[in-house]
Amino acid sequence: MTVESGRAPRDPGPMTGAGQVPAIRLDGVRFGFRIGGHETEVIAGLDLEIAPGSIVAVVGPNGCGKSTLLRVIAGLLRARTGTVEVEGRPVTGPDARVGLVFQEPRLLPWRSAFANIAFPLEVAGRAREARERRVTELLGLVGLRDWSRARPAELSGGMRQRVAIARALALEPAVLLLDEPFSALDSLTRERFNVELLRLWERIGATIVVVTHSIAEAVFLADRVIVLSPRPAELVADVAVDLPRPRRPGDLDAAAVTRTAAEIRAHLEGATDDAFAVATGDVPAHPQPDEAIP
Amino acid sequence: MIRRDRLLPPSVALVAFLAAWQLLVLVGNYPAFILPGPLVVGERFVSAWRDGTMTPHVVTTLAEIGLGFVGGALAGMFGGYVMARSRIANRVLSPYLVAAQAVPILALAPLIALWFGSGLFAHAMIVALIVFFPVAISTLVAVQGVDRRLLEMARSYRVSRGQRLRMVELPAALPGILGGLRIGVTLAVVGAIVAEWTGGDTGLGVLINLARGSLFDIPLLFAALLTVAIIGVALYSAVLLVERHFATPTS
Repeated sequence: MTVESGRAPRDPGPMTGAGQVPAIRLDGVRFGFRIGGHETEVIAGLDLEIAPGSIVAVVGPNGCGKSTLLRVIAGLLRARTGTVEVEGRPVTGPDARVGLVFQEPRLLPWRSAFANIAFPLEVAGRAREARERRVTELLGLVGLRDWSRARPAELSGGMRQRVAIARALALEPAVLLLDEPFSALDSLTRERFNVELLRLWERIGATIVVVTHSIAEAVFLADRVIVLSPRPAELVADVAVDLPRPRRPGDLDAAAVTRTAAEIRAHLEGATDDAFAVATGDVPAHPQPDEAIP
Repeated sequence: MIRRDRLLPPSVALVAFLAAWQLLVLVGNYPAFILPGPLVVGERFVSAWRDGTMTPHVVTTLAEIGLGFVGGALAGMFGGYVMARSRIANRVLSPYLVAAQAVPILALAPLIALWFGSGLFAHAMIVALIVFFPVAISTLVAVQGVDRRLLEMARSYRVSRGQRLRMVELPAALPGILGGLRIGVTLAVVGAIVAEWTGGDTGLGVLINLARGSLFDIPLLFAALLTVAIIGVALYSAVLLVERHFATPTS
């Protein structure tokens, strides 16, 4: 639906324009894992609206439930309470409108790059000709046209993740979710991949939600950075990134980057210090509401 | 060139084995009805094939193995898969599976002969029983070992049960399943011979009994054993070839 070369709407920021249907809407989403009769809360009531065509980065301390959040949006996990909507319609299970890229490429080792990208198309029952056309297009999009016959074992880590991204885009999802997609790559490669990701986004115009550990990465990629608290995850801050696009690593306004990064870091450190203090018993485990949001 | 290098050691070993055998016969001066030498056995082997003694027995035994192996392997794969994917099925079935395996097939064979007679079907059933266990267990282990992350990936694209089986679980579990088939195919030969000992008109097991008993043709008994061994090696190699065909380079 969105995978024409049309430009993504340039309307960053937390606010969704009046009358515009958000790409993703979370309404009072709670989630917990049941372990030995106990329900461990992982996500504690999240409300969120994400504008179509925007890029949102999610940062938060280790194990705070970022990956769980992506799985709830993708319909792989079901929220205990609350609703998840994509393009105004509820998500009730794994959904073709959402493409999910895992932290590891998760390719089928016995299939070639081509056949791995074709996997969702085969599952969806697309005809062979349509599959081949779409996969060829996607191979070009991620720059792997010459590697279509290679098995995953013959590809580098970065190439494998590109195959995984192409696979996630196969069914033309409106929303692309990325769970620390480049965390296994070295920092130089990673920087290059972030530039490529932006270029890809400019071409497909999908809404992107990316989970990352790196504040610099979040600022470089996103229109908006969501900061989550330690488990159970709550919204700590929603920081708008006011940098012009298209962004290239060299020509960013250094002062603005630094200011935004510092703001995010302050929120993040506030949240993590609380967790540390709770663990060492300095403050009660359930802070007053006014303490929870710095 | 590579072929010759690979074939050389086993050929040398075979020649050494035959020479030692012949030497033992010469030194011990055993009569042919106790231990015939390799030359005598070889001669009898050729003549038994030439005069048509061997053929009907081999045909019967191969039919039993073929039918029983396919039936037992299919049942084993099905049972193993169900046990891997259903905790209830695993709890209910596994005690019986282990108990059935603990009772030797040798003891079970006369019972099956009593109930089902000694035709092709009854013999194939014994073969199937002996093949079932290793295939079921290896399938169970292989399917349980399929990477959960791949299954989650597949689920995110809304695979049906059938698609998951065909496109993810089966190819991922194939090496393990083929390992079970490799064990199963050699056991199938044992099962066929044991089945034939309980009764029947033809089959290599029957021929072995005849050669030892009424015919008292010990070189023929050895020739039958040699045929059984050749069948075993040939079937094992066939499974190995299939395995090679499916072997994929994994990281």
